[in-house]
This record gives sequence, C-alpha cells and structure tokens, in this order.
Amino acid sequence: MGLEADIPVLTTSVEKMVQWARRSSIWPVTFGLACCAIEMMAMSCGRYDIARFGAEVFRGSPRQSDLMIVAGRLSRKMAPALRRIYDQMPEPKWVISMGACASIGGVFDNYALVQGVDQVVPVDVYVPGCPPRPESLIYGIVQLQRKIALQKLA
Amino acid sequence: MDSDALVRLMQEALPGVQLESAPSRDLQTTVFVQRDDLPAVMRALRDRPELRFSVLAELTAVDFWPREPRFEVIYLLISIEHRLRLRLKVRLAGNDASVATVSGIWPSANWLEREVWDLFGIVFDGHPDPRRLLMPEDWEGFPLRKDYPVQIRMKPQVSQPMQVSEEEFRANLEKDRLARK
Repeated sequence: MGLEADIPVLTTSVEKMVQWARRSSIWPVTFGLACCAIEMMAMSCGRYDIARFGAEVFRGSPRQSDLMIVAGRLSRKMAPALRRIYDQMPEPKWVISMGACASIGGVFDNYALVQGVDQVVPVDVYVPGCPPRPESLIYGIVQLQRKIALQKLA
Repeated sequence: MDSDALVRLMQEALPGVQLESAPSRDLQTTVFVQRDDLPAVMRALRDRPELRFSVLAELTAVDFWPREPRFEVIYLLISIEHRLRLRLKVRLAGNDASVATVSGIWPSANWLEREVWDLFGIVFDGHPDPRRLLMPEDWEGFPLRKDYPVQIRMKPQVSQPMQVSEEEFRANLEKDRLARK
C-alpha cells in the first residue's frame, strides 16, 4: 500500500483490500452456551469494548455473521443445532472455540458433552481458560485477525 | 399434623393397603407403598377431602445398584389446603423396573416421568408420550444408572434427520414456487 504524494489516493492490491475489510469487521453470531458467554458479553461491553477491533456487532441471525464464538460446553443434543447454525452462516466464516469445555471437554469428561467442538465444526482459534478473561478472548480475536490477514483470495 | 397422624389418616382412607412408614433425617413424612397399590393410593391422596394432595412437586428415582430391589421411585406431594408435605416411595426390582403412570392424576408428572425413563430406564406403564426427554432420541442406555459407563467416547451426531418425508419436502418446494409466481 502506498500513499501518492501529489494526488489524494492510496494504491493497493484487491487482495490486501479484501483482507483488510474482512478482518476489520468480524461480526460474531450471538451464541452463548454457558458461563463463558458471560465473559463474552463483558468483552463486548464498555469496559473491554471490542468495538476497538471492529467486532462489536453481535448479530441475532447467523445469516449476517462472520464469526461463531462457541462460548461454553457443547452437549451432544446441542451438537446438531450448532452445526446447523454454522451451516447457515455465509462464507467466509470463522470459529473461535472459547474455554476449556469447548476446546477439549474441560472438567466434563462424560457421556453428555462433546469432547471438543472441533468434532462438529472446524475451529480457527482456541482460547484457553475456565472461563477465559475478556482480555484472553480479545487476544483470540486479534489472533484471528492476523490469520485473516494472511488468507489468500482463492 | 405430625408424621404419625398423617400416616394414620392415610391408613384410614386406604384400608387394606400396606403403608410402611420410614424414618427420615429431615423429619418429613416418608411412606413406602407397594407398586401395585400405587394408582389407588395416589388417587385417594389427591381426591380425599381430608388429604387433598393437589400438587406433585417432584418425581424422581434413585438407583441403589447392586442392592435389590434396585430402584426407588420418589414422589413429593404437597397439600396446599391442609399445609402438608409427603414423601412417597416405591421400590422396584432391577429386572422388572416398571410402575404405573400418575400422569393421569397430576399432568405435571408427564415430563417428570419422561425424565426418569430417559435417565434410569424405569418404564411408566400407560404413559401417554413415552419418549426420551434430555438425551438424544437414538441414545442407547440410561446414564444415571450406577452401572453405566459415564466416560463414554462416541462421535457426536452433527445432523438431525428430516422431519418430513422426501415427497412432502418436494411438495412443499413446489407449493412455495407456485406461490411466488
């Protein structure tokens, strides 16, 4: 990207432009499963304020979302619903697995819970913690932005 | 009314029924009844004017495996009119875990019995809708039984079967297409 000296324009490639646009407005779908969702809400509110990273608009519909934050433990009965919501999101889409339960099952090593949401949907970023503090989740989103910045167009 | 008085009242209302009063640490009246007497006992408890247990507050079960009889089904009843509480229990053998439904007496028993069926595998004879409540419908086994392998590893199911048949689905699409014209 270069700034021309005489005329007020920026030159860049389409790829960089698209990457910039995508990573600067990651809209998450409202999908809280358990206590991690409380930290997710805290992250979106004024004190931590992910609006600074362009990701503040939690959408009520998966059709308008780019990011799914799986915030909490996923029960087996919920797994088809999670997959359906993921399938309803338009491409490009990303998934953050938030917390120990979503990532590997956490303390719930039993029949009722899916041991890691990566068995159901492809995960881009894992955020450790039980639950992760809002700062950790913001760090996860920043990592995701870095990942998007490296994604080639086709 | 103390515990003994309530049991005496029940025995007067239900002559010929074996009521076995049991001690309980929380001093709540606890009575065991025989499985076959259950529907008559429950109907009398709800309908007799001196009892009037109009609320079924909770219905649950306990697995005492490997003891026999293995299961106890527990009914917690409240009489609002007489300010009484009653804990009623039924013992069930492991190889014949079934008891008559009370969902015809208290409609709130419907989902509670479905839950007990789902997690303990206790059959409620005459239940109007005997499906699983919490676990997926095709689940095998009953997780709250003591001999159930809790740390089970299975692939999660990620899709649900279609709720309509293939023909109905196509007919709906066609109807939708015509409506848009």
